[in-house]
Amino acid sequence: MTDVGRHPRIKLLTLSEVVDVKGYVGNFKVKIIKKARYVDETSCTACGDCAKVCPVLRPDEFNIGLGSRKAIYSPFPQAVPSSYLINAKECLGHNPAVCSKCVEVCAKGCINFHMSDEEIIEEVGTIIVATGLQPYDPTEMDEYGYTRFDNVLTSLEFERLVNASGPTKGSLIRPSDREHPKSVGFIQCVGSRSAKNGARYCSNICCMNTIKSTLILKEHYPDIEVKVFYIDIRAFGKGFEDLYTRSRRMGAQYIRGLPGSVEEMDQKSLRIAVENSATGKLEFHDLDMLVLAQGMKPAPSTQRLQEIMGLQLTSDGFYLEAHPKLQPVDAATRGIFYAGCAEGPKDIKESVTQASAAAMRAIRLMHKGEISTEPITSVVITEKCKACGKCAEVCPYNAITVDVKNKRPAVVNSAACSGCGTCSAECRFDAISMNHFTDAQIMGQVDSMLDIAPAEKILAFACNWCSYAGADYAGVSRLQYPANVHLIRVMCSGRVDEKFIWEGFRQGAPVVLVSGCHIGDCHYIDANHWTEKRVARIHKKMEKIGLRPERLQLEWISAAEGILFAETMKKMEILRRSVTAEEIAETQNILSKL
Amino acid sequence: MSKFTPAKTSALGDAEPRIGVYVCHCGLNIAQSVDCQRVAEGAADTEGVVISKDIVYACSEPGQQQIKQDILDNELDRVVIASCSPRLHEATFKKMVESAGLNPYMFDMANLREQCSWVHMNDRENATLKAETLVNMSIARVRHLEPLTEEILPLTAKTLVIGGGIAGIQAALDLADTGYDVILVEKNASIGGVMAQIDKTFPTMDCAI
Repeated sequence: MTDVGRHPRIKLLTLSEVVDVKGYVGNFKVKIIKKARYVDETSCTACGDCAKVCPVLRPDEFNIGLGSRKAIYSPFPQAVPSSYLINAKECLGHNPAVCSKCVEVCAKGCINFHMSDEEIIEEVGTIIVATGLQPYDPTEMDEYGYTRFDNVLTSLEFERLVNASGPTKGSLIRPSDREHPKSVGFIQCVGSRSAKNGARYCSNICCMNTIKSTLILKEHYPDIEVKVFYIDIRAFGKGFEDLYTRSRRMGAQYIRGLPGSVEEMDQKSLRIAVENSATGKLEFHDLDMLVLAQGMKPAPSTQRLQEIMGLQLTSDGFYLEAHPKLQPVDAATRGIFYAGCAEGPKDIKESVTQASAAAMRAIRLMHKGEISTEPITSVVITEKCKACGKCAEVCPYNAITVDVKNKRPAVVNSAACSGCGTCSAECRFDAISMNHFTDAQIMGQVDSMLDIAPAEKILAFACNWCSYAGADYAGVSRLQYPANVHLIRVMCSGRVDEKFIWEGFRQGAPVVLVSGCHIGDCHYIDANHWTEKRVARIHKKMEKIGLRPERLQLEWISAAEGILFAETMKKMEILRRSVTAEEIAETQNILSKL
Repeated sequence: MSKFTPAKTSALGDAEPRIGVYVCHCGLNIAQSVDCQRVAEGAADTEGVVISKDIVYACSEPGQQQIKQDILDNELDRVVIASCSPRLHEATFKKMVESAGLNPYMFDMANLREQCSWVHMNDRENATLKAETLVNMSIARVRHLEPLTEEILPLTAKTLVIGGGIAGIQAALDLADTGYDVILVEKNASIGGVMAQIDKTFPTMDCAI
């Protein structure tokens, strides 16, 4: 940690949050808000004189409320930066009539009540997302009595109580009477592997963390009784089985079964009822203290950052990697990488390994000093352009400029263009073409697909990042769906031109599906808003000319939603069966007259 | 700042395209539910297709070598590879066609694995029919492909690391020690994350900080 603080190449911004990311690989522009610390980081020596005189006493977050701190404080003894900070909401203020004791005692004059939040803009080439985790809050699992009984703790609270730098200097005491417990129980899978509470997934670290805690207990207090209630013990890593064996040899008891209830007895001890699945018998265990091995959840900021950067999440809420096996630290967006629990629950060793891998992937991109970009950008066909300005209006990247006043044709800044193709789809004059996804190329696919037996087929458009990836995910999961679905890949659903859809119906397609990223998840900022508007427009037209609008479907399917993809295809097949040969012929007749 | 030379054959001209089609078995991943030979034979008669073959592993070294040799021997100017998802192997085949002297954008992949054989496992006839259609769609697409050149842009050799827990710290140090500038953003007042709150850590039972 201290290496980070003093490294000449690392600019450390604490109390800071990323609020906006623009740009593309090699050239991201990041906006960061750095909150006011009210203590000058560079001159504070962490002498602590200020805290001594501060009259405000508050629960200490680092010790999860088991200790206390002042309104001016250092987060914890080894903090980096070591500088103190003021919680402005708790501070009484610098009005001498009220309080300004800290200012008076600070010999170096580090305290400045006039500091304000700072907005910082940085330009970077790559981004590593290492937002971590939040421990599962067991409040909702009332059967374990976390909120009702003093001596039921979470595993993190237990950590603070056995930590030498914790509120008790490492001496384990019961919160109710400050006595050493003679028996401690651990309940595993709290908030993990459950369809009811918390998450369905295994949080990966809790088994080993508990085993570690049992060893600490047995080392410090050889006579203590330690019981672990579990479903399975997952000790799969290097050296893990040895620790498990050691724990059992030292006398920790492992009881297979999760308790059904916890009751408080005399002296605030706890009685646990558990069905021991090894013996099939209902057992009662009396314990002085109970520790809930809480699972982990994605950090609270995960979703906000996902929206800012246009990343994808799995159904568990962790970030989705570009490929689960071959690109485990890459985001689907080039230049963005994941490290640690942001990507999924993992222990320290795995986090460190992944962090080094992410750093390596970032270096691999940057070491050339330049970046090659895909030529999948839009191109203006100047002679057709009427300078109406529509393309510039729909471009999510402001990459197109049109001089509407002087009727000068549109100009595309290819470095800023990301290649969604929305401009090309929205241009009424076919005056803007999308490289590698031209009208001719896509129309060629539509025509070819509907060349033979069109009435039997389902025409579907899918965006590269979400829906096409969702279809791949259905494949990897071997989810079966009707074999008459044919996907046409576009970079963004925003590229799906009205004329592709009309052409499909004209050629005899019974149904058409347009699919893309969920609103808010679009890989091209908000290009799929235009998809939504366009489909609504086509629906209206269909109604007007006498076509059943439901024959054109719009569905948002993310890269993680293989199941939804397969289900959507089954629904499309039911819909297709509802379209008769007469209806198709009538459609073709209507469209031929337009 | 062009990195590629334009395709040497008639990619831009009016001449009839010369297309090569390769239907990959992917071992049995595709071949168990798709009749790859039938798909390849069916594509052979399509206008513009000069050569059409089924191939056991298109992505393997011998597979790539064979396609490369065919491109050179038959003066192919565009290629259809009917195999897995382009999300997996597009980059592989891009390099392959480029090494055979073609513009790297002059090929297309038909997704016969993730979006056909794996999702229609018990329906060999319909899976094969779909594979035929997907290959035909790909042929129709490559007919209209145009050579493209990648653009070289400047880059800021600096990394933003979001989060100052153990993962963010490790990534930041690795980058900085290699000589790259790092901005490390942490929302709390200190770095360290959850790790800093932990006493001893498994499997070494040593201090977390």
